[in-house]
Amino acid sequence: MSRNNRPHSLVTRLTAAVFFILMAGGLLVAGATFYNGQQAARTAFDRVLVGAASDIAESIRIQDGWPIVDLPVSAFELLAQAPDDRIYYSVRGPGGTAITGLGGDVLLDAPRTNTQPVFINDALQGEEARFVVLPRIFAERDFSGEITVIVGQTLRARRDMALNLMIDALWPMALAGAALLVFAWFAIRSAMRPLEAVSDDLTHRDPYDLTPMSTEGMPREPKVMLDAMNRFIGRLDNQFEAMRNVISDTAHQLRTPVAAIRVLAETTLEEQDQTARDRAMERLLLRTRSLGTLLDQLLSRALVIHRTEAAPRVEFDLREVALDIIERRDHDLLAPDKEVSLIIGEDPVPVSTDEFSVGEAAKNLLSNALKYGKAPVLIGVDHIGNEALIWVQDAGAGPDDAIIDRLGQRFARSVNSREESIGLGLSIVTSVASAFDGRVEMRKNEQGFRISLVLPARTKGPSV
Amino acid sequence: MRYILAFLLIFPFMLQAQEATQTFGSGPQIFRLRSTTDIDILGPVIARFAELNPGITVNFEQWGSNALFENSRTACEGGDDPADVVFSSAVQQMVWLVNASCARPYTSALTASLPDTRRWRNELWGITQEPAVIVYNRDQIKGADVPRTRFALLDLMRTRPSDLRGRIATYDITESGLGFLFAHSDSLEASTFGAMLEGFSRVGAVATCCSAEIIDGVASGRFQIAYNVLGSYAASNERPNVGIITPEDYTLILSRGFMIPNNARQPQIAERLLDFLLDEEAQQMLADVGLRMAHASEETGMPVSARRPIALSPTLLIAMDQGQRRQLFALWSNAFEPDVP
Repeated sequence: MSRNNRPHSLVTRLTAAVFFILMAGGLLVAGATFYNGQQAARTAFDRVLVGAASDIAESIRIQDGWPIVDLPVSAFELLAQAPDDRIYYSVRGPGGTAITGLGGDVLLDAPRTNTQPVFINDALQGEEARFVVLPRIFAERDFSGEITVIVGQTLRARRDMALNLMIDALWPMALAGAALLVFAWFAIRSAMRPLEAVSDDLTHRDPYDLTPMSTEGMPREPKVMLDAMNRFIGRLDNQFEAMRNVISDTAHQLRTPVAAIRVLAETTLEEQDQTARDRAMERLLLRTRSLGTLLDQLLSRALVIHRTEAAPRVEFDLREVALDIIERRDHDLLAPDKEVSLIIGEDPVPVSTDEFSVGEAAKNLLSNALKYGKAPVLIGVDHIGNEALIWVQDAGAGPDDAIIDRLGQRFARSVNSREESIGLGLSIVTSVASAFDGRVEMRKNEQGFRISLVLPARTKGPSV
Repeated sequence: MRYILAFLLIFPFMLQAQEATQTFGSGPQIFRLRSTTDIDILGPVIARFAELNPGITVNFEQWGSNALFENSRTACEGGDDPADVVFSSAVQQMVWLVNASCARPYTSALTASLPDTRRWRNELWGITQEPAVIVYNRDQIKGADVPRTRFALLDLMRTRPSDLRGRIATYDITESGLGFLFAHSDSLEASTFGAMLEGFSRVGAVATCCSAEIIDGVASGRFQIAYNVLGSYAASNERPNVGIITPEDYTLILSRGFMIPNNARQPQIAERLLDFLLDEEAQQMLADVGLRMAHASEETGMPVSARRPIALSPTLLIAMDQGQRRQLFALWSNAFEPDVP
């Protein structure tokens, strides 16, 4: 029941694997030691058999032309080394005539040998047994020929000995195996501890907590996993943060101009004087248009922020962004009186970012320059070292240093900068810069004020 | 000589059947116990067993050892008349039967607690402990003449040959399996065996049958000394003028062999009887009738080093070897038929 409901624990699984490996090893070794034990027992008891047979062969003497066997007790005492085994013995004269022996008709055909003992496996009254056939050749005056001594014994003692040898060998191995299993368990437990820490962290984590998990002291393998997870959590966090910012910015930025437009519309309605009314209408229109611009900017910023997190990064030529802006001629609408020139080189300036976001950023830089700067306005692309730049330059003095310091913050609008502030536009630029590992550079010199979006170049271009 | 002739006359009949039979209990299950032990001696123990097991009737058949051996061997080789238990004092025959896989194995806590000398292959168990003793007529052998060792007996035969002529008895080994076992064990045990035979030959010792008869003969004064008599029989008869000596040089101790034939019809009852016999109550009863000698040497006056238990082991197979038997019989007949012309 619980097995179905609860997934396997890795520790249990690994421990079980180690256990089975040890068991398999143990079985192999048991087989090997049993085989060795059998060999040892066979050798030992074969010697006993030969010893007994030799004793009996030695005791044969010829008396009145016929062999007499004076069975030695020592032979049987030797055989009694296997205390529980049944015994067979038989002494045969030339031609297989029985001289003496135990009844029973086993081994009717003992193989002929010269002088060496020969071992035979056969049954002794239905029980497995081993026999030795040992010849002794007589060449006496009144008797000559071969007398064969056959001694056999059942295998009980051999089995016992083999088994005992195996058990004696297996005992320490079993203990060692148990110890190894315990060590393995501890090793597995300690290897699994980081995973447990991760799972503990995840289990006890507040669902709204998007702070990264600690990877301190983590081994490499779980660290890879944790890093991936932390990246994911970070992106999630950024997305949430961006969403929150967009919503709060939009609310913040829209509330004032919408309220102003409402007030203006009310006063316009109440205005009796035609000229004053026309002027108010004009101001209303201006306000509405400015609100539209603001909305555009807010949406474009929201889009940029979304894309920097979500859009895949593709490689493109930064010059195309600048070219595109010039060709769309949006600046003619914004400031038809100001001239805009494009300064780009002949070599492509490849970057790997989101083209739309960079384009929005560049557009904002240009529109700021057109709004606040002095003509001529230049837009250009450079490739310096590992960095690709898209910049906008005007002949003006640029904003105050105090403003520069605050530039790019979301609420950079001062009280009097009103809704046509450069704040929002720049904050798009800084967002793009930080999203693509770049930065915003501002520089004043005698030609005027230049603001650049610096991005890492895709590949190492030719150095300047 | 005359006794041997008498023996040869009754020998064929003894091979045919048991010497005596008695039944114990009256249950429906017939249980056949074949033993060399006298019914008079073992009877009470078996009666107690029958009393404890009301479902069975024990047919206690008393056999001569050689006849019993032939019977068991025939039964083992496919005869239709197997016993349920064979309980014999001629343990070399029992070892032979076990070696020929005629027995059934059994183990229990009681059998496992037997020493190795009283157990073989878990198919043969030594139930009793009975010394082979010298008995003498107290009226005729007195004081320093009482032979406490074999050497003393040899000296006695040497110094008083005329007094002892025809007055020393021992088992006839050709007829008694037990007698053969004792003679065989003596021949292995010490060099005194040859001298003993020579002595017997010189004084015209009598080889005869059966413990009871020999002891009767000693009691009546027919024999002065009987050599290698089972101490149990001597002790159980309790005759005041019969003295018992456990020889101090060495004393053979026999443990009667209990075997369950492999084709026994009531093996479970046989196993129960075995456990019963090895249990305390029966062992005490056996001690009371003299079938189990006291352990402590103070009671018997026998030094521990003189004990020679006849171990139930394959070594006893030598006693069954035809060549060996021929040689021992040849020695024996030389000793006991010296005056054959």
